[in-house]
Amino acid sequence: MVDKVVTENLDFWYGDTHVLKNINITIPDKAVTAIMGPSGCGKSTLLRVFNRLNDLIDGTRITGKVLLDGKDIYSESIDVSNLRRRVGMVFQSVNPFPKSIFENVAYGLRIHGWRSGTKLESRVIDSIKAAALWDEVNGSLHKSALDLSGGQQQRLCIARAIANEPEVILFDEPCSALDPISTAKVEELIEELKKKYTIIIVTHNIQQAARVSDYTAFMLLGDLVEFDRTEQIFTTPKDERTENYLTGKFG
Amino acid sequence: MRKQKEFLGLLLVRFSVLFVLISLFIILMFVAVRGFEVIDIGFLLEPPRAGMTKGGIFPAIIGTFYLAMGSILFALPLGVLSAIYLTEYARLGKWVRAIKIGVNALAGVPSVVFGLFGLAIFVKFFGFGVSILAGSLTLGILILPTIIRASEEAIIAVPRTFREASFALGASKWQTVTKAVLPSALPGILTGAILGIGRAAGETAPILFTAATFYQRRLPHSVLDEVMALPYHIYALMTEGTKPEFQVPIAYGTALVLLLLVLGINLAAIILRTRIRRAKKW
Repeated sequence: MVDKVVTENLDFWYGDTHVLKNINITIPDKAVTAIMGPSGCGKSTLLRVFNRLNDLIDGTRITGKVLLDGKDIYSESIDVSNLRRRVGMVFQSVNPFPKSIFENVAYGLRIHGWRSGTKLESRVIDSIKAAALWDEVNGSLHKSALDLSGGQQQRLCIARAIANEPEVILFDEPCSALDPISTAKVEELIEELKKKYTIIIVTHNIQQAARVSDYTAFMLLGDLVEFDRTEQIFTTPKDERTENYLTGKFG
Repeated sequence: MRKQKEFLGLLLVRFSVLFVLISLFIILMFVAVRGFEVIDIGFLLEPPRAGMTKGGIFPAIIGTFYLAMGSILFALPLGVLSAIYLTEYARLGKWVRAIKIGVNALAGVPSVVFGLFGLAIFVKFFGFGVSILAGSLTLGILILPTIIRASEEAIIAVPRTFREASFALGASKWQTVTKAVLPSALPGILTGAILGIGRAAGETAPILFTAATFYQRRLPHSVLDEVMALPYHIYALMTEGTKPEFQVPIAYGTALVLLLLVLGINLAAIILRTRIRRAKKW
């Protein structure tokens, strides 16, 4: 088991609010790690630490280390653009650009300097195939992405992330806006993607964490309460708070 | 008692709307009926003749076209870039508030003041003379607030999630603005631009000292030429010359052409806006 993402004594503040408290977590390579917990526990913030998307917000402060393949992603020498190419993200709000299906997937490549041509085209098509969307959009790549259904749009967003050939893909509650059938498709896809990528998925849906993940982290009010193999967490949680959450006593 | 108040209130608002509609209708009909008498193909495509007592208004139509296009060419890039700065780059604070107050104040300045400013700066100081260039720049400043406000609104309306998606793929700020935000805001920006064109086409005072000429048979040769323009032509017909019996009908014809032009431009903006609203699914 290779450690892909590691945090050491990670603390995070929004202004004066202490959102993440001394987080130490080791996320294994090529597996699905779920981060679950009730609203406001800091799980989305933790996810956005991994691709430095919190940088966009004014007045945040971070201490401790976040290592990707052993290198601190918050060190001065890190190229944030390249970091975000290596660590892709799929959002809760299904957010394809109001462009064609093709241009949505090509967006990241163009950002990183790719020119139009067969190389770009084949990467776009491969990414759409990898996101299990090809059969539904084959032949209509130049139609607007906004004409797709919600579930298709979310898989398009996954294709968009895959096109950059990332090593890690972050999913921030990717199914909370989707119907059960679309959710099943995305979960199936996540199962498939973990062969190639390290997947970290934030969810407040306990069943989803149980279904898709190999490892589960449980967070509460900024603390990482427990982190273990998913079957371990769900069958014999060590912490009382985890058990109370899983049995529905709060959350 | 309450019912009576309700009834009176309804009566009041209904009467107000009716009053507005009737006034609008009377103005339109007044100009349309009088103007229609003189309008024909020749009126639209011929230059004025016989000391503006005969002939058409072709040079004025062309002049207004040049001035409106020139002003938008100047104001659109400047306005959009300013809006990008105000919405995406500037941090909220005294400085941005001051700029926004300034932009709003600019919108409230009487248009004749822009005319004086244009005369002093573009005509005299920069030495453009009374010309299309000086007039376009003056009109451009006049419509800047319209463009800036419309662009700001359009940019702010672009969902935050588009920006996040772009950054998350590794885009820089400028890449995000140009490739994700602006294309999504473009329809709103264009609506503002069209409204700006309509405003520029209809204004008289800003071009009074900066671009318009009273009478010109030929078309302008360069941007440093002075031009005839529709609103100024009306003014000239009504104030200059010695044969009002011939000039006044031509003035109404010109007014009708100008009115239709501006209404058409505004209509185009409205159609564009509703179409976009329908197509917009985020």
